[in-house]
Amino acid sequence: MELDPAETFRQEASDLLDSLEAALLDLGQTPQDSDLIDAAFRALHTIKGSGAMFGFDRVAAFTHDFETAFDLIRKGKISADRDIITVSLAAKDYIRALIDDPDSTDPIIGEAIVEELQALIATGATGGTASPVGAALGEPPAVAAADGAGWLIEIAFEPDILRNGTNPLVLLDDLRALGSCSIRAHLDGVPELGALDPETCMIAWTVELEGGCTREDIEDVFMFVRDEMKLEITPLSLAGSADAKRPATVDIDAVAAAATVAPAVAKELQPALTERAAGERSEGARRGEDKTSTVRVQAERLDELMDRVGELVIAQARLSQLAHSGTDLAIKSIAEEIERLASGLRDSTMGVRMVPMGSLFGRFRRLVHDLSRDLGKPVDFVTVGEDTELDKTMIERLADPLVHLIRNAIDHGIEAPAARAGTTKSPTGRIELAARYVGAQVLVTVQDDGAGLDATRIRAKAEEQGLIAAGTPLSEHEIHQFLFHPGFSTARTISALSGRGVGMDVVKRTIEAMRGTIDLATVPGYGSTVTLRLPLTLAIIEGLLIRVGEGRYIIPLSAVEECVELTAAEDARARGRNFLNVRGDLVPFLRLRDLFEADGEADPHQKVIITTMGDTRVGLVVDQIIGSHQTVIKSLSKLHSDVTMFSGATILGDGSAALILDVAQLVSLGQSRAETEKTPEAA
Amino acid sequence: MQVQTQGGAGHGPHAAAETRLQVLMIGLGSEIFAIEADMVREIIDPVPVTRVAGARAFLPALINVRGNVIPLADLRLRFGMARRTDTADTRIVVVEIEIDGDPVALGIMADKVYEVTEISTAQIQQTPRLGMHWRPEFIRFITKWNDEFVIVPDLEKILS
Repeated sequence: MELDPAETFRQEASDLLDSLEAALLDLGQTPQDSDLIDAAFRALHTIKGSGAMFGFDRVAAFTHDFETAFDLIRKGKISADRDIITVSLAAKDYIRALIDDPDSTDPIIGEAIVEELQALIATGATGGTASPVGAALGEPPAVAAADGAGWLIEIAFEPDILRNGTNPLVLLDDLRALGSCSIRAHLDGVPELGALDPETCMIAWTVELEGGCTREDIEDVFMFVRDEMKLEITPLSLAGSADAKRPATVDIDAVAAAATVAPAVAKELQPALTERAAGERSEGARRGEDKTSTVRVQAERLDELMDRVGELVIAQARLSQLAHSGTDLAIKSIAEEIERLASGLRDSTMGVRMVPMGSLFGRFRRLVHDLSRDLGKPVDFVTVGEDTELDKTMIERLADPLVHLIRNAIDHGIEAPAARAGTTKSPTGRIELAARYVGAQVLVTVQDDGAGLDATRIRAKAEEQGLIAAGTPLSEHEIHQFLFHPGFSTARTISALSGRGVGMDVVKRTIEAMRGTIDLATVPGYGSTVTLRLPLTLAIIEGLLIRVGEGRYIIPLSAVEECVELTAAEDARARGRNFLNVRGDLVPFLRLRDLFEADGEADPHQKVIITTMGDTRVGLVVDQIIGSHQTVIKSLSKLHSDVTMFSGATILGDGSAALILDVAQLVSLGQSRAETEKTPEAA
Repeated sequence: MQVQTQGGAGHGPHAAAETRLQVLMIGLGSEIFAIEADMVREIIDPVPVTRVAGARAFLPALINVRGNVIPLADLRLRFGMARRTDTADTRIVVVEIEIDGDPVALGIMADKVYEVTEISTAQIQQTPRLGMHWRPEFIRFITKWNDEFVIVPDLEKILS
């Protein structure tokens, strides 16, 4: 596949900008973390460098300005306070816009950002050059280092550095360009000739660099190999005693000679070396793999792979069925082998599609940062369970609902600092976004420590909108359900403090479309929690295969609570009133035979499958429960978009298609029928 | 393949741009329909069908064609013909049409499949007169083949 170099740059830059944003946001929390400052600076530097290389001149030019400003932070001349972070985030967005769509990005935005940055730097710098950052870290102030005293630089590269294409001698030459250098090589790491691998770097260097260059100038030389080396830079004035520590020093020119001679010698000794070198090399290769063990794959290819695996699983099910109906033991054992392989392949393919939730959570940090600033409500955003994995299509579809929920939590949940001051709560609000596994489901919760939902107000609103008659007895939970009512939220908000529900109906629908559920819990005065329960994947589910009349159907096993027999006595008693007594609870049930207009006589021993959606339960009467079934979900054709009772289809072992019941729809159908049956009785 | 230049071509509405159309001739009830060959993916023998409760009557079922679950359409119902039990001649014609810009595959029940042939738009007949209990928007045009009237249906409209 041919890749446009500009496209490669875009992808790379996109990753770098993501890590830049993460570093900036972290920096907002811990403004003195020099690792974060370095990480941000390095990301900028790389964007600038490769931007210029691939012809993104505007990106390179702007990033240069940005980088210059950031350099001051790095040197500790100004501290990374909230204002700087906000401007930096805007600058980062601007760089992204420049890369994605340079033509319609107005340079005036960039100029404004640079001006603001400069203004901030000006005020920050007058605040005192005796840098708070440097002082806090116990480092000598950068200004003192720049007075020409020179630097003592200790350099030790990773052994792999030569294989990765870096030539240390070139870097040493770069150092020479900064000032007069006295370079010594340490050869203690170099083994006997017989053990020498010419591709492994075993030499470390000490450089005494004199001249007026800064620490940053030196670090810049090693910018691109910083992760693959140990670099210690100390001002010469402080490092006087360090010199004596190093034994076995050799003049640099001799080492350079040795480095060139070594390959020649090695070649002569090749037969003796081969075995050893091969051993070391493969070890090196393994280490290399650990570092770069990710591959970019287009999403469509993954989808295609999943489809193929799905078909394989279906074909395998047919093979198994065939093998077990015969008597040939050899075929049976092959069928079993293939079954094992196919299920392994299916699991690995699903694993490939799994993406950690952290990739999603990262986006919200920015959202919270911006909202908290705009609304003037300081908020601590805590994320838990970033490594919980979900199918990638689920992650994508989850983004919008979570934006809604988090925005609601800050906008309506968290009180203004003034209101919080009157309580025992900290003036800074707290929002926790958490994900964890519960069985075959993932639980995602958005929790705030705000005022909580005000049931009285919601109820008043529902009565005002005519959703319920005034004074209808309702549980708190039932009242909360009004928030999911379409139109309930889009009308005037209930109150500035506790009105939840901007687009909550949309959130609910999206979650249910993913075969998930949404729940609300609240403690007035102490905050609310929204809980999303989601299946791990959209592609394959565990299903319960059932028979209704002649037709076979799948019920998602995750929705099944239990199966009970519908005794003839109960069947007779239930005629007309479709309620079942399950251990003292009245559960409404639906006769699928009636719903599906099945032909033929009902089975004498009908079963009831109790299904749940959230807290509501509905029984489904079927003729026969056949067993569990690995269900590869095929979506229904567009032509069948008017069909409501089924959410998809699958292919059974014998090659015929079976429909998958949409339990959420059936439960609400059962509930609404139960309501209409109840009402006349009550009247 | 020869280009037809019939004298009568001048009377047809499309006479100015006479084109030839590759079609598959299928029998539905007592009528012959021509399905554009471009749309046809394959012709298969009847397979077990899965009835879809709650679906529209002319899209009553699903079938599995090589691992894809697609709807099975019964156009006879759309043209007011009686449902017939399968015979030895019954086939399913798998076609791919475009609905709102997306390709959608489906099977069409055919009482008989005749052949792939060419029809000329020069042969186009006036639509009225023939079986006018059909909704005219379901029919793209009517033409003649082997001295019989042939209906070229508008599948997109019929199925939407």
